[in-house]
Amino acid sequence: MNSATSGLTIARPRTLDEALTMLRDDTLVPIAGATDLYVGLNFGTLAAQRFMDITRLDGLRGITALGDGVRLGAATTYTEMMKSPLVQERLPMLVQAASQVGGVQIQNRGTVGGNIANGSPAGDSLPVLAATDAVLVIRSAGGERRVAFNEFYTGYRASVLKPDELIVAVEIAHVEGAQWFRKVGTRAAQAISKLVMAGVRAPHPRIALGSVAATTVRLTKTEAALAAGASIDEAANVLESEITPIDDIRSTADYRRRVAANLLRRFWADT
Amino acid sequence: MRLTLNGAPADVHAPAGKRLLDVLREECGLTGTKEGCGEGECGACTVLMNGELVVSCLVPFAQAEDATITTIEGLGKDHRLQHHFMNEAGAQCGICTPGMVMVASQLPANATLDEIKVALAGNLCRCTGYEAIYRAIQRAQQEAAS
Repeated sequence: MNSATSGLTIARPRTLDEALTMLRDDTLVPIAGATDLYVGLNFGTLAAQRFMDITRLDGLRGITALGDGVRLGAATTYTEMMKSPLVQERLPMLVQAASQVGGVQIQNRGTVGGNIANGSPAGDSLPVLAATDAVLVIRSAGGERRVAFNEFYTGYRASVLKPDELIVAVEIAHVEGAQWFRKVGTRAAQAISKLVMAGVRAPHPRIALGSVAATTVRLTKTEAALAAGASIDEAANVLESEITPIDDIRSTADYRRRVAANLLRRFWADT
Repeated sequence: MRLTLNGAPADVHAPAGKRLLDVLREECGLTGTKEGCGEGECGACTVLMNGELVVSCLVPFAQAEDATITTIEGLGKDHRLQHHFMNEAGAQCGICTPGMVMVASQLPANATLDEIKVALAGNLCRCTGYEAIYRAIQRAQQEAAS
């Protein structure tokens, strides 16, 4: 039997330089854990036919200290993040996010770079990257640049990443303040988010929400209100003006609006 | 393409983008691995790849190059879990069973019921309601400990 994926070509570079040259000279879609791409391919909803496997590349994997912060290779899996003592100590909310992505089989394969590049507004790790002001290290054959995660997306599943560029790492500076993460899905395990929130409690709190707009969003107005001493009720009103949830197969806009405000209250009460 | 399959070296010819699941069933004739949903939700097609549990419906065959793959057949025909799944009626239609057993085979010997449930979060059964499956795994652990 020929399945939908039998006709694909998959280039398999051995080094990052080789991969970047391929991306410069050809139109290829990078593939790592394939946990999103192969779902699309299996169901015929993804038209791309030519891929480049990046799981063998040197330097795309691994978690290292970056000052008091953390650097994640883009092909670092959720399981690696969960098991890392460094991530456990410095970014407990990333451990929480990773542990709620699918089951163990998906956690073993899915990568942080893939979550970013896939660009779903429901991506579970993305609010953590938004709330911590993560910086993406992006490389092409022509050189390297750094892009703030909060300036990466330009719209629904659209970003500033060019076709010849590859996300190679994620840098997260030291996070001061209590970290908080909560995912709301249909069931406790293995669900795509109806809503997902990450927050850092500090004099100027940092709060990000997924599944309430075309992209993961930082709630800058809500943060400013809280930092200026607004009550949590006032802040919840600001939040509701700041998000643009929609009705879809997973939830309704009304539900998301109400639960987003509830999550904000919970974050504030818990931290 | 060379890989290690159920403990033995293998040289398998199949398209690079073909799903590992299909290569195992069709090129390799190992039909113990089942397809449930085809979208990484149900865990029926779970195999071990380089010692890690993965859903083979979402693995391009190219990534299995030089890898060590273990399927349900690789656990042998007389595995403790196999007997306890039968004894406890931990299977009904049987589609989810190979995936359940693969995950259970990787649990630490002293796993608590909660840990068993978390480990099996990525494996769906639409027949038995899980209780018999948890019981089978716990019995197998008790037997291993005795």
